[in-house]
Amino acid sequence: MDYTNLRRQIISMKKSLFDQGYLDEQFNQLEELQDDSSPNFVDEVVALFFKDSSRLLTNIEQALEKYPQDFYRLDSLVYQFKGSGSSIGALRMKNECSMFKAHCNDRDLEGYRTLDDSSSIPASHSLLEQLHLIPWLTQMPPVTPEDKEGACHSEAEAGDIFSCKHKHQIKGPVST
Amino acid sequence: MAAAVATETPFHVLAVDDSLPDRKLIERLLKTSSFQVTTVDSGSKALQFLGLHDDHSPVPVHTDQLDVAVNLIITDYCMPGMTGYDLLKKIKESSSLRDIPVVIMSSENIPSRINRCLEEGADEFFLKPVRLSDMNKLKPHILKSRCREHYHQEQHQQSDSNSDECSNPTNTSSSSDSSSNRKRKAADNEEILPQANRSRHS
Repeated sequence: MDYTNLRRQIISMKKSLFDQGYLDEQFNQLEELQDDSSPNFVDEVVALFFKDSSRLLTNIEQALEKYPQDFYRLDSLVYQFKGSGSSIGALRMKNECSMFKAHCNDRDLEGYRTLDDSSSIPASHSLLEQLHLIPWLTQMPPVTPEDKEGACHSEAEAGDIFSCKHKHQIKGPVST
Repeated sequence: MAAAVATETPFHVLAVDDSLPDRKLIERLLKTSSFQVTTVDSGSKALQFLGLHDDHSPVPVHTDQLDVAVNLIITDYCMPGMTGYDLLKKIKESSSLRDIPVVIMSSENIPSRINRCLEEGADEFFLKPVRLSDMNKLKPHILKSRCREHYHQEQHQQSDSNSDECSNPTNTSSSSDSSSNRKRKAADNEEILPQANRSRHS
């Protein structure tokens, strides 16, 4: 396994998530809280986030399908979803939730039967599944100075690891 | 040789939040800051843990939870059922719990909400996501409440115990000021007179 390349791809992916505004400094805060006494902290929080957010997304979708729509409930669900994302630094998702909430406030959800119709919340949410790959960085063989630079070859390369069919099966670093 | 120095036990914080990732985060923040932590997912569970209950039925006694002192409560504001504000009110209404400092957390920066909480007796308001630097603000509140309580105790009891306690920053387990340890009571005895319940150092 060429760890150098994989490492570079993950660093590049991570940088991209920050550059494109999917992640903010709160994610760095999580990384800072990880240490020897809690070596899998980031992955654990991310896992809990997905557990929470998947449940909330399902509830939001269900609430959207109802007619007339229960705006109070929708607002409450999106608020929780937003809060959950905010804790891990999911900036873009947080902003999209705010916009969606504004629609709720304006009772402006006419014609929106699914969340995909009315916002890109599901898209930015699923994109965050890339976060599961970040803990691999701490598990791979030692870095070379080049790696530390976070040398990024191209976005296409960064995309390689996500075309991998087994993406969803990656549970986290495997202890050797 | 027998040490005169008391053992230092960490302060115990009860964290209340209905959100799973947030509970994990606050727990980690607190542990990293050397606090002992208990997390619960609702206001009613928090009250149960603290020995209060709405229906006045006796709280089942779990041996592993006896004599659990809580030095500070940190709670999310927006929770289903009992909000953080409701919890704050209940704590402040209880003569056995009202001296425990309470910190409210919220992801929304709403001045009227913040003021309302502070007016009701909250010691601090944190905007979420809570940071490690926020944890430094907790200990002063704990120490302040212990001093204040010790002062009240002295006022009521006119005891001969001196006020060295306040200048001692450590949370000593051999402390004579056991009233500052909020022992979780098995029985429903919220209306405790100050003179009656405090076990005194002989």
